Amino acid sequence: MRVVIIAFSLLVASAFSGASFAVAVDDKPLVDPAQEAAARALMKEIRCLVCQNQSIEDSNADLAKDLRHLVRERVSAGDTAAEVRAFLVARYGDWVLLEPPFNQMTLFLWGSPFLILLLVVVGVYSAGKKSTSEPLSRTEKARIKKLLKGGDVT
Amino acid sequence: MNSFMRFVPLLIVSSIFIVFLLMMGGERNPKEIKSVLIGKPVPAFSLPTLQEGEAPLTEAALKTGKPILVNFFASWCAPCRAEHDNLMYLAHEKGISIIGIAYKDTPEKSAAFLAELGTPFTNVAQDQEGRAGIDWGITGVPETFLVSGDGIIRYRHWGPIVGDGLEKRLLPKLEEIQ
Repeated sequence: MRVVIIAFSLLVASAFSGASFAVAVDDKPLVDPAQEAAARALMKEIRCLVCQNQSIEDSNADLAKDLRHLVRERVSAGDTAAEVRAFLVARYGDWVLLEPPFNQMTLFLWGSPFLILLLVVVGVYSAGKKSTSEPLSRTEKARIKKLLKGGDVT
Repeated sequence: MNSFMRFVPLLIVSSIFIVFLLMMGGERNPKEIKSVLIGKPVPAFSLPTLQEGEAPLTEAALKTGKPILVNFFASWCAPCRAEHDNLMYLAHEKGISIIGIAYKDTPEKSAAFLAELGTPFTNVAQDQEGRAGIDWGITGVPETFLVSGDGIIRYRHWGPIVGDGLEKRLLPKLEEIQ
């Protein structure tokens, strides 16, 4: 069984590495390894606008290929990562970034976990408060005594 | 208080239901990415025209004082064929100038495409590398931009202009700025 699992995971791993390798080599990498690494890191952040839930690094779409080419070009021209991102956002909007930036439009998106946490805290607090009841009155105490003795309370 | 709390889950579920229902209906296409260029001046470009020996076409050609359409098309694109009749109608019946931009195509194939179907375009530029396409933020062809006389992009029609798209979306926008 264990052998099968290992063989299967190796198969899966090789399939994935093969796929990403195939996409990465269709463009000429930059000569400077540091620049190439910077460009590749950026490609992982940029959404392919055709397949929409892949990064341009993972995508085989024509537009993704063009955008990879463009990212390499901007990086080799000396653009910083922020400048390349700004270049693409100016054309395609925030959606081109796989991680949505924090701004007015995404305030609720980023704030919602904290909002929900706050609601849960308030909910738990108020529920805890409710369970602390008032002390028993004299007649109630007498009734309990009777009950514990096994008497009839009606 | 307690009797109200009983209805809170129902309220939450039904409001989610209503939101989903509203999102499903109407003209909304979830694959369509909103253009960020609306209300902005047309991006600068300089592209060779399809006719040889002509000066390259630039963004200056879009500032004519009259509304103009910019249509990204390609001979390899089937939806472009589908919208072609409507482009012909806009150009020849409505008298709208349309600039065609041949996206990632060879000049021979673009010329053959227009020879076969007729040309609705007052001028055709070639964007063989697809660079102008990126500057305009297109994600595929066809996409059509409505540019007002002062060179500001007013509307972007995503995908082919077919069916209700012409009457309900493009033409009202056109009348709005005319």
